[in-house]
Formats: sequence, structure tokens, C-alpha cells
Amino acid sequence: MFANFDINFIIFGIMPYAALTILVVGSIARYDRDQYTWKSSSSQLLRRKQLIWGSILFHVGIITIFFGHLVGLFTPVWVLDALGVPYVLKQWMAVIIGGPAGIAALIGGTLLLHRRLTDPRIRAISSWSDITIMVLIWLQLAIGLLTITQTLQHMDGSEMVRFMTWSQSIVTWNLNAWVTVIDVHWLYKLHIFLGLIITAFFPFTRLVHMVSGFAAPFRYLLRPGYQIVRSRRQDPLPKRDPKSTPAE
Amino acid sequence: MRIRAQIGMVLNLDKCIGCHTCSVTCKNVWTSRDGVEYAWFNNVETKPGTGYPTDWENQARWKGGWERTKSGKLQPKQGSKWRILSNIFANPSMPEIDDYYEPFDFDYDHLKSAPEMEAFPTARPRSKITGERIEKIEKGPNWDEILGGEFAKRSEDYNFEGIQKEIYGEYENTFMMYLPRLCEHCLNPACASSCPSGAIYKREEDGIVLIDQEKCRGWRMCVSGCPYKKIYYNWESGKSEKCTLCYPRIESGNPTVCSETCVGRIRYLGVMLYDADKIEDAANMEDEQDLYDAQLGVFLDPNDPVVIETARADGIPEDWIKAAQESPIWKMAMEWKVAFPLHPEYRTLPMVWYIPPLSPIQNAAEAGAIGTDAGMPDVKNLRIPVRYLANMLTAGDEAPVVTALERMLAMRSYMRSKTVEGVIDEGIAARVGLSGRVIEDMYKIMALADYEDRFVIPTTHREQVEEAYDLRGGCGFTDTNGCGGGSSKGSLFGGSKKPLKMPTEV
Repeated sequence: MFANFDINFIIFGIMPYAALTILVVGSIARYDRDQYTWKSSSSQLLRRKQLIWGSILFHVGIITIFFGHLVGLFTPVWVLDALGVPYVLKQWMAVIIGGPAGIAALIGGTLLLHRRLTDPRIRAISSWSDITIMVLIWLQLAIGLLTITQTLQHMDGSEMVRFMTWSQSIVTWNLNAWVTVIDVHWLYKLHIFLGLIITAFFPFTRLVHMVSGFAAPFRYLLRPGYQIVRSRRQDPLPKRDPKSTPAE
Repeated sequence: MRIRAQIGMVLNLDKCIGCHTCSVTCKNVWTSRDGVEYAWFNNVETKPGTGYPTDWENQARWKGGWERTKSGKLQPKQGSKWRILSNIFANPSMPEIDDYYEPFDFDYDHLKSAPEMEAFPTARPRSKITGERIEKIEKGPNWDEILGGEFAKRSEDYNFEGIQKEIYGEYENTFMMYLPRLCEHCLNPACASSCPSGAIYKREEDGIVLIDQEKCRGWRMCVSGCPYKKIYYNWESGKSEKCTLCYPRIESGNPTVCSETCVGRIRYLGVMLYDADKIEDAANMEDEQDLYDAQLGVFLDPNDPVVIETARADGIPEDWIKAAQESPIWKMAMEWKVAFPLHPEYRTLPMVWYIPPLSPIQNAAEAGAIGTDAGMPDVKNLRIPVRYLANMLTAGDEAPVVTALERMLAMRSYMRSKTVEGVIDEGIAARVGLSGRVIEDMYKIMALADYEDRFVIPTTHREQVEEAYDLRGGCGFTDTNGCGGGSSKGSLFGGSKKPLKMPTEV
């Protein structure tokens, strides 16, 4: 069986499932077992410098890219056809929105990484995982931006459709998904590989704060009013019309 | 009417000697850990001064508390919920640790391990964050203590608003007072309202405001949201922390550590009943100077039969109602009107109140010439300007502060006349709108301040919150994760970093 062993199969056929399993199981375990460690790990208190610009550029950029990838990769091809969206248009949108967002994120990321490595305070409180994940994301951003050079050579969207097919095949349990990407440019391959590595790292790093970040607006905006009062009472009090008092 | 009970505190600044025992005992119990070395859940400031963190009262800078919008709506000064969320990546109003101070320790070991040398060995400071040498300590938790530093600096004190402050820089006119500060456990907490995760909550049964450490995600909006700067971001754990009003002690009927250890016996703890439905209107008064009165209007008379009946219906236990009737807080805030909220203009309806300090008569050389009102000095001649106290305690409204100071002077005058001259002078009491009997009660609680008069704390009703039978054989007190984990050792998911090792060589 090792005769037809193919590294592409391992990376693009097996690894996505491994990474996603680690992501899901790991995150649930962490949320359930060790929620105290679920946090953004902000270092703004210790050093404001470079954080304001770095963090805003990085986050705005990377969130744009994140949703760009999510919508871009997982919108079924037939939906595009049904809506009549030309692949060329979608490809251009990807470059025009993703490009500047990627550059913003890379500039922000560079500021943050520089601050993390050179500021003595931030360096002192950084864990191994804080630094590793920042380096990985920085590399991923750089590689992602480099792939634009390849993308510009086929703006008809043919490569893009391949990646859409691949990601959609993965989540629909099509085990032959990997063959759709075996002959794309190595930059794309590296980008996917790193992406899967970061996905697998997710539950063990500060990246988990993404989940809270996406949940926070819903929690906060949907919360009635501002205040929260908690009662520890086991048996709730009988309902009473607050407009009248029992003595009346 | 929806009645809730709140444990409130009053600090009698007239008796505070600025010894910092409250701060030190609090620190030993709560914040002697990595990440919160710089945090003092309780601190004592010398006023005038810029305080800790520096300039904390400047809400134009920190955006703490609430504001009334042009349309008359009450919203956090940081902005609407959308605005707060938009600051989640970087909070523009958050203080940096240098606004508090960089925590440090000294090379004590060097004192005994240094080799023989020409100069005497010294213990030099090191940063508790990086372990690096600090050549010069620039700031501490009480940097302007006892008028330390030049007047120009401490005159930046926000409470000089509307005062010709230059003359107070002169040696002859200078004045000072102490201000111990802790979390206000507000009725309308701005920290809780600015938390996107909903981790900060007020407890229904005793009004204590706490941060759920499991739910806190470290978005740090509460740090800027609290106008008193009493939420501290733990840079090691990545979570916000705050004064807990020593809830494990309060629950068992004991005073907080700061109150218990106060050598001046200036602290009082007791129950206040309040109408939760009135909070929003009370915090939203158009004129800032009405906020103090509005908060008085939120409190409910625990002797009123309607209130008692409603309190029972709202699940307030009998002993809590009884404690509210004997509450020293009620007496000082509502009956005698000698205690005031700190900066009511922040619109948080704080629940730690202060009795303003009396001070020596200004210009003692002219003591004979100054106005005395039938044996009692005019409070306008006190060394601490009334306006200064009013800026701190009543949003600048001097009348209530004057009344309080007069009543305290009257108490002294009445008691002096009674004990020294043996004369009961009802006239003194009547002039400040009290009776001799009330003044003797004031004297008992404010001057003698016996333990049981200072602390009237009913125990919590655990039978309402848990089944004792289910707890048998439990694992006692743990941090997180029930019986498992919760240790400070690192885990697969990070946990705590390796503790900072202070280098020993110099």
C-alpha cells in the first residue's frame, strides 16, 4: 500500500480531518475543563505603545480575511452560478478586498510581533505558544499575500474554483478531495498546510479568544439593558407585580 | 417597588489617620500574587493629590462612569454598546501599568550575601514584571503621600474645580486629608455595564459586585469603565480582578478585612434596603447636583411597614430586615445626613460613603477674630475648603456638606458641654436640626464606635442557595474545575506561565 503513498494525500486528504478534530474536540475540552484559561491575553496594560495601531490593523485585517476565506471557500459553486456571479468578478473581489486587508494585517502583525519580541515587559510575560502562534500567523499572512502574485496570472478564477471544490469536498466527506489541489502552485500548498497547522494549534493557544470575540457582540448587544444581577436562590421567588406592594 | 438589600460601607474620614493598615491587610489577603502586585483593592490617598492611579478622577481622560446623552439617555461615558465593542482590539481609555506604578521588589538577599566591600551593601530595586534592574523608582501606590512633591503637581487634583487654588500652595494655608478607597459596589455599576462578556454581576442578596473569573475574557472595558479605577487587569492571568468586599467574610457575618483591621475604627458596615426600580431614574438626573438627593430617594425606610411587607415578599430574610433597621449606614446617610457618596456625578450610585473630615481652624493667629456662631466655629473657617469636599462628595453642592460638618461640630460642642461643664445644652442640638438624644446616639456610633455598633452584618442564608447534604464529602475550597485541576501548574491549555525568578546576583 505504500507504493502509491503520496504526501499530498496526507496533507490535503488526511490532515484537514485531523486538524478539524483537534480544533473541535480540543476547544470543547478546554472550554469545559479549563475555562479560566480562555481569554484574550491582552498585554495592553503593560505596554500601550505599538499595541493600538498594531492590534487594530491586525485584527481588522485578519477578520476581513477570515470571513473572506469562509465565504469565498464555502459558498457552493452552484450558488454562484444560480446568482450569476462570474468567477472573474469573485476572483477580483478576493484580490481587491483580501489584498489590502492582508497588507493591513501584516503591518499590524509586524508591529505586534516586534513589540512582543523586543519589549522587555511583553517578552517576559510571553509564553512559548504566544510567540509561536504570532510567528505562524505572520508567516501565513506573508505567504497568503505572495500567492496573489500567482493568482494574478489566472484571474479567470479557475484556481479559485479548485480550492472551493477542495474545501467543500472536505466538509462533505468526499475523500478524494485531495486530488483537486495536487498540481497547484507550491505557495498555495504551503498556505493551506500552514493554515491546517494553525487550526490544530487553535485550542492550545490564545487563539481561542476568537470564539469569544465573535460571540461578544451577540452577548452584549442582545443583553437587555446594561446590568447583570445574579441570584443564587435555588427556588425562585413567587412572581409579584412590582407596581403594587403587598401591603396595599 | 422591587426591594433588594445591599451591604454598604461608611468611612468616617474625620478619624482616618492614614496608617494604611487597611491597604496592607487587604493586600496580604487578596493581591499578593503574580500579576496583581500593582493592584491595591484598597488604597489610601492623601488629598489634595492626583491619587492612584495618577489622575484617576479625570474622566475626560479615562471615560469612566456614565453620562446623560443629549437625548436624555443614560449610557456609559465610554459610549454606546457599539462604541465599546469597537474598542475591543485596543482600548483607548485604558491606563497603562505606569499610570499605577511598575511593581518592584528589592535585592534583600544582597544585604546578607554581599562580600566585604568599601561601601555598605544596599538592596536595590528590580521590576516584578521583567526582573530587570530599576535604576529609579518613579511611582508607587501612594506617591503623593502627606503632600509629597511640589504643589504644582498635586494641585492638578480634580477636586480643586472652581477653587482659587493658588493660595493653598502657601505653607500657611496648606491642608490635607486622607481618602481610603475601595470598590464602591455601586447600585448602577459602570464596570458591569461595559463588560461585553457579561462576566461582572451584582449579587441579588447582598449587592456585592463580582467578576466571574471563568467568564471574563480579558476585554478590559471594565478597567476604563469604572470611574474609581477599582478594576485591575491581572497581567499574569489575563483576567480582571476587583475588591470582593471580602464576601466570604461578609457571608459569615464578619466585617471585611479592611474594616476589621482599621485601627482608627473609621469603617462601618451595614444593610441598606433599596428600590431597584428607581435606580435608572436616580442615576439619570439632569442636574449633577441632584444625584446625591436622588440616591437618598432610592433607599427605603426599613421601619416603614409597607417596606417591611414588600421586602418579605421580595425574599429578604427577616434578620436582614432587622439588620437594616439597626444599620449604622442608614443612620449616618439618611437620618443624620453626615455621610456622602464619593463623586456622585459619575452616576454609578456608589455604596461606599464618606463622612467629611473636620479640620483645624484656618489662620489660628486670628482665632479671636473669626466668626463663631454661639460657641461653634463657622465651618467656612475650617482649613479644608468646603468647596473641595463638596467637589468630592456632592458634585459641588456645598449645603449638605456644611450641614454635616456643622452637625459634627455640634456633636463635639454638645458633648464637651455635657462632660466638661455638666450642662445639657439642647440649644446646640437644635441649631443643627437635631435633638440631644440623637446627638448622643451620634456620639455613641461615630465617636465611641464599638465593634457591634460599627458592624451590623447579617449572615447569608446558605439554605436558600445550596443543599448542605450534597456538599458532604466535597472537596472544600477549590479555585476552578471542581475537585480536579485548579492547581497553578501549567497544563496543555497554557495555564500559568513559569513564575518569574528574581535574579539573585546584583
